[in-house]
Amino acid sequence: MTPVQVLFIISSLALLGLGFMVVTTRNLVRAALYLIGTLFSVAVVFVLLEASFLAVVQVVVYIGAIAILFIFAVMLTRRVMQDTGSQTNSNWPWAALVALLLFGGLTYILTSWSGSSAEAPALSSQSDMVTELGKALVNPDAYILPFEVASILLLAALIGAVVVAWDRD
Amino acid sequence: MTTESLIWLLPLPPLLSFFLIILFTNRNRALSHTIGVGAAALAWLGSMIVFLRAAFGEGGFHHLGEHPFHSAIAWLPVGETTFNIGIQIDPLSAATLFFVGWTIFMIFLYSVGYQNFGQPEGDHDKKGLPPHGATVTDEHGHKHTVLSIEPNYSRFFAFLSLFAFGMYVLVVSDNLLTLFVGWEIMGLCSYLLIGFWFAKPSARAAAIKAFMTTRIGDVFMLLGLAYLYSQTGSLSYRVIFSPEVLEHLAHDPAVGGFLGLTTASLIGILFFMGTIGKSAQFPLHVWLPDAMEGPTPVSAMIHAATMVSAGVYMVIRIFPILSAGAEHGLTPAMSTLAVIGSFSALFAATIAIAQNDIKRVLAYSTISQLGYMIAALGIGAYVAAAFHLITHAFFKALLFLGSGSIIHGMEHGILHTGDHHMDPQDMMNMGGLRRSMPITFWTFLIGGLALSGFPFVTAGFWSKDEIFADAFANGHYTVLIVLALTAFLTAFYTMRQIMLAFAGEPRTKEAEHAHETPWTMTVPLMILAVFAIAAGWVGIPNDFLGLNLGEINWIHGVSYTLVLSEFELEGITFSFIPLTISLAVALGGLVVGGVMYRDFKAGQTDPVKKMLGGFHAVLQNKYYFDEFYHATFVRFSQWVSETFSFQWIDRGIIDGFLHTLARVAFFLGGVFRDRFELPVISGGADWVASVFQWFGQTFRTIQSGRVQQYMILVLVNVIAFGFLFYYLVEVVGR
Amino acid sequence: MVPLSWYLIVAAGLFCLGLYGVLSRKNMVAILMSVELMLNAININLIAFWRYQDPARIVGQAFAIMVFAVSAAEVAVGLALVISLYRRRKIVIAENVDLMKW
Repeated sequence: MTPVQVLFIISSLALLGLGFMVVTTRNLVRAALYLIGTLFSVAVVFVLLEASFLAVVQVVVYIGAIAILFIFAVMLTRRVMQDTGSQTNSNWPWAALVALLLFGGLTYILTSWSGSSAEAPALSSQSDMVTELGKALVNPDAYILPFEVASILLLAALIGAVVVAWDRD
Repeated sequence: MTTESLIWLLPLPPLLSFFLIILFTNRNRALSHTIGVGAAALAWLGSMIVFLRAAFGEGGFHHLGEHPFHSAIAWLPVGETTFNIGIQIDPLSAATLFFVGWTIFMIFLYSVGYQNFGQPEGDHDKKGLPPHGATVTDEHGHKHTVLSIEPNYSRFFAFLSLFAFGMYVLVVSDNLLTLFVGWEIMGLCSYLLIGFWFAKPSARAAAIKAFMTTRIGDVFMLLGLAYLYSQTGSLSYRVIFSPEVLEHLAHDPAVGGFLGLTTASLIGILFFMGTIGKSAQFPLHVWLPDAMEGPTPVSAMIHAATMVSAGVYMVIRIFPILSAGAEHGLTPAMSTLAVIGSFSALFAATIAIAQNDIKRVLAYSTISQLGYMIAALGIGAYVAAAFHLITHAFFKALLFLGSGSIIHGMEHGILHTGDHHMDPQDMMNMGGLRRSMPITFWTFLIGGLALSGFPFVTAGFWSKDEIFADAFANGHYTVLIVLALTAFLTAFYTMRQIMLAFAGEPRTKEAEHAHETPWTMTVPLMILAVFAIAAGWVGIPNDFLGLNLGEINWIHGVSYTLVLSEFELEGITFSFIPLTISLAVALGGLVVGGVMYRDFKAGQTDPVKKMLGGFHAVLQNKYYFDEFYHATFVRFSQWVSETFSFQWIDRGIIDGFLHTLARVAFFLGGVFRDRFELPVISGGADWVASVFQWFGQTFRTIQSGRVQQYMILVLVNVIAFGFLFYYLVEVVGR
Repeated sequence: MVPLSWYLIVAAGLFCLGLYGVLSRKNMVAILMSVELMLNAININLIAFWRYQDPARIVGQAFAIMVFAVSAAEVAVGLALVISLYRRRKIVIAENVDLMKW
């Protein structure tokens, strides 16, 4: 059991456990906090996968922005939703069934897939990951177009969110 | 113009006159009678020209017999042959044309005066009733009632023209079918004219009686026509009177061996039944006396000149068929003719002596004289029958027109006295008219003497003598005796009639005030009187009184009609016995009648009544034949039509059947609707609709509007498809 | 020496948890949180494949960057909608938003 494996197991357990708490807890604020925990675990996983830049982006964007946004939303919509009563609706047996089936199916496929137990190939240590990523994002032969489109998308989302949530009184 | 074309045109003027008067000139009385009389005159002129060419053309009647004027057109294609119709003038029809042309023309002329043309309109005359008189005021302010003009004046001439057309068609035709057409046209016109005063119930009844009775005869005649056609394939004279056809008809037995007759005899009897109806022989004689309801010119036309003569003409025409098969002696058909003819003659004469209506006497006299002709034909006296037909037409027309004149005079008297309930036709009310109506008197006397057979100077004598001579020469003594007896009675009642009307003193005030009728009525009387005298002289036998008078007998030429049938008519030699008999009966009857009715005064009982006692009532009531027929045939047929046909069959069976059908249809319709249409078809449609509705209602709950639910559904489907694909690819693909 | 499949299984597990949360949570904000979980699982998947298949090609990471951007946008808009809906109708339960039904 290599340290990576141990770390992986710990972080994945945390991931799954916290994720489970997100979807089952009654208290929404706690759900948001569990979400933060889950996102952090994901960042750890990213580090294990040697995508360090993405781990940082994950923490900054997801935890730093999106989770905060969630907390804001929870706070803003708090008056109606008391933390009493069931938080699951009447379809939860079906949902559980679907989720389990899907998980079972995916697991089955993934374990019987031949390329699944491959070792990680060695990274080329010539260039820095971040630099490469940066180059790829602005290279016209590479991914400048998705990059620009994504920024427009963000702009649209930004404006859209403002417009939608504008208080029209 | 060829004679044939002229013959084709003969029936045309009266037909045109009928249509013109009916369609256009009905209102204008003068124009109508001009057209009518003009048409009759034209037809008369044509018939005279044809007759002269026929009789005095090359070879006379002898040549005409072998080559009659003939023309035919193909009318009706039947199978491979065509049915031809056309005209034929042979000696018989030429002679008939002669008297038909004259009598019709005279009657038309007479009608102008009879219907009181020129007189004012009546005070309250209605169409359909005889005129009742008009009041005129003269210059002194006196009011007189005078005869008024007939309200339906033009209509009379129209019908008379149609009648003339029918007769001409019958005479000129060359086949039995067009003869029958003319026959039926005259039957129709007799109905129309007898019922001319249609508002009188007695006239209506008489018209129907006439039509029905002659119709019975016509049905049998039509049967005879059909039978003849089926046996010979033709109705044209040239074909059916040819020797071959006659041979065939004479030797074939009748259908089904009917009474053991030959075909010819049965055909002959059937045709003769038509004549029994049309010429009013026993037993279908009942219509003729009642037909006196019509105006007098009609009586003259129908019962003297044309219609009843048509019956005898037809029988004379088919004489070859009647006598086919009998080498000597009589065929059964001829015997039938002889029996019925002679019986009718005597029968009618006995009734005539007890009648008081002047026209009734003449009616029965017509029946009687027609019986003479038929009896003559029955014993084979072809020429005698034709001869008597011609002379009878003249003197009977004369007598009828004369009686009309008398009636007119009497009506004048009625208008003078104002007593409208007196019957102007009753001879008991007449008397002494010889002074006030001289022309009528002399012409009526001539006619009466002709009817009685006054010797030598009247036509009737020669024709009757011919019949007696034939009967005697061929040994038919029964017929001779019966006819002689009839002649005696004929002379008697004729003299009775003349004495009652003209002799003595007027028995009523009306008779006193009678006066002569206008020229349009007396001129025809005079012309007909000439014929009544002279027409007989063409029939004087060549060996009369044993003298050889040369070829004086002209009427014998009529027998040349039979030349084409290869018939041999036996000539007769003169004998004094029939001559004596006829002289005795004629003069005897006249003398007895004159003596009995000399000084007959008003209020006296009829001497005949005194002589016969109770039997007189039987005679006067015509042997109660009308009552007998009414009780049996008439009431029976009324029962059949009213109860049997109408109520039982028509309303009961036919209507009942229809009503039942309707009810069944309704019932079936109800059953189909309730049992089948509503549950199955409508129900089916409704059920389909409800199924769709159920589907819709059930499946719409899927759309709940909740996103999570939609998603679950989607994912369930995805998983299901995932499994399916996995199964198909992995498991089955292997 | 962690096999690829472990990463993938973990990602699948996280995905299914998120799916369960989406389908069964009442609160709309909670649903959006679950959607975030799913997106993170996707990211893990992408990066795992990048690392184990062809680390030289940077496309895996670029794709993951795009996913980040998209998920951020989507959360922003989604929460804006939730807030707008809350403001109007005082509703935060997903089941009550069912106007587009039969």
